Amino acid sequence: MKPIEPMEPMKSSTLDRIRNNYVVQAWLVLILAICFGGSLAAMQLALGPLIEANKINETLQKVPEMLLGPQKAQKLTKDKQLIIEPVTIEVETNNRKVFYSVFKAKHPNGSPAGWVAKAVGQGYADKIEILVGMDHKLKKITGLFVLDQKETPGLGNKIITSEWRRQFVKKKTSVPLTVTKEGAKAAHEIDSITGATISSRAVCSIINATIKDLRDPLSKRKN
Amino acid sequence: MADAPTPYERFIQGILPENPVYRQLLGLCPTLAVTNGLQAAMTMAGAVAFVLFCANIITSLIRDLLKPHLRIVIFTLTIATFVTIADRFLAAYMYQMSKTLGPYIPLIIVNCLIICRCEVCASKQSVVHAGMDAIGQSIGFAIALGSIAAVREILGTGMLFGIRVLPELWPDWVVMVLPPGAFLTLGLLLGAVNWYGMQKQEV
Repeated sequence: MKPIEPMEPMKSSTLDRIRNNYVVQAWLVLILAICFGGSLAAMQLALGPLIEANKINETLQKVPEMLLGPQKAQKLTKDKQLIIEPVTIEVETNNRKVFYSVFKAKHPNGSPAGWVAKAVGQGYADKIEILVGMDHKLKKITGLFVLDQKETPGLGNKIITSEWRRQFVKKKTSVPLTVTKEGAKAAHEIDSITGATISSRAVCSIINATIKDLRDPLSKRKN
Repeated sequence: MADAPTPYERFIQGILPENPVYRQLLGLCPTLAVTNGLQAAMTMAGAVAFVLFCANIITSLIRDLLKPHLRIVIFTLTIATFVTIADRFLAAYMYQMSKTLGPYIPLIIVNCLIICRCEVCASKQSVVHAGMDAIGQSIGFAIALGSIAAVREILGTGMLFGIRVLPELWPDWVVMVLPPGAFLTLGLLLGAVNWYGMQKQEV
């Protein structure tokens, strides 16, 4: 008996093959993606500058508070407002050029009030953007503010609370800050947030890096 | 389809009979997360309304081109686009509010309420149906968010829209503006709505 030949698979026509190709199947997805992408790009062009301006305004408003503390900053009368001058500092670390936006603040009578630096670093969820205030001799931290963060709501996002941020005030810049879970004792220690050690550490390491990068260039600029 | 709901039915159903929060239990993430103040809750409701309306219209317009196995991708793509628009718009014109709502605006992308309406209504019915459905559901969502937020804000801070309504003597129930307050309020209001529905049925 002749063995039964297995049936040859039916040859699909070229048209069928094109129709079943996954790119062709997804034509609507691709076209929509291009249209939506284009409209989002256009919107970003239109609104981007506005959003940036909002951020800069917020930063400028925060500068006095970062240097003098919230109580004193509120008491500043109109003729005693700080004069703020934005500076861009270029620093080379690990063969990489980093740019810092720094705000130099002066009292109206000309005496220096301090420096406020804007810094970005990796947090737990996404980048964390902060403002660090330092006195004019760059010896102490005078304030901390979180401009942008997407940490876990309820845990990591407690880095924005003033209770936690207050710890950083008056810390010395000469010793790098460390995070501890057992209650801060030494001068350079910061209490971590329960359930958000990584977020707490991230903020500290951003501050440490910023101080390390900026101390020399800023002290040279002063003269 | 002979028994498909008319635009008017779609509109009415969204408000109470098929209320997204109290009846369908959809979109609970923003319901729990941003209802500690009425202002934030109303902004969230507005953003959801905008995204839901636009996504429903677009989905309805392209409903004949949808392939069953690719429809969810298209819904998500459409929703994500409008959420990004809403997010950027808030950041440009309502900067402080955009910071208060934080990650919850981008999280509208995964709000199951919107994908549910695209699936149930917009991908099957005309643009008019889809539009009316979106408006009805948005009003229902706003009522739900508003009621929860009002209870939490009044009991938690003694204020409404940031204006004091309860006398200074009121001891603020701080727990109401914290996460547990969201669960307590949602549970009690949900119970009340169901109880009311059952009473009505018996009569």
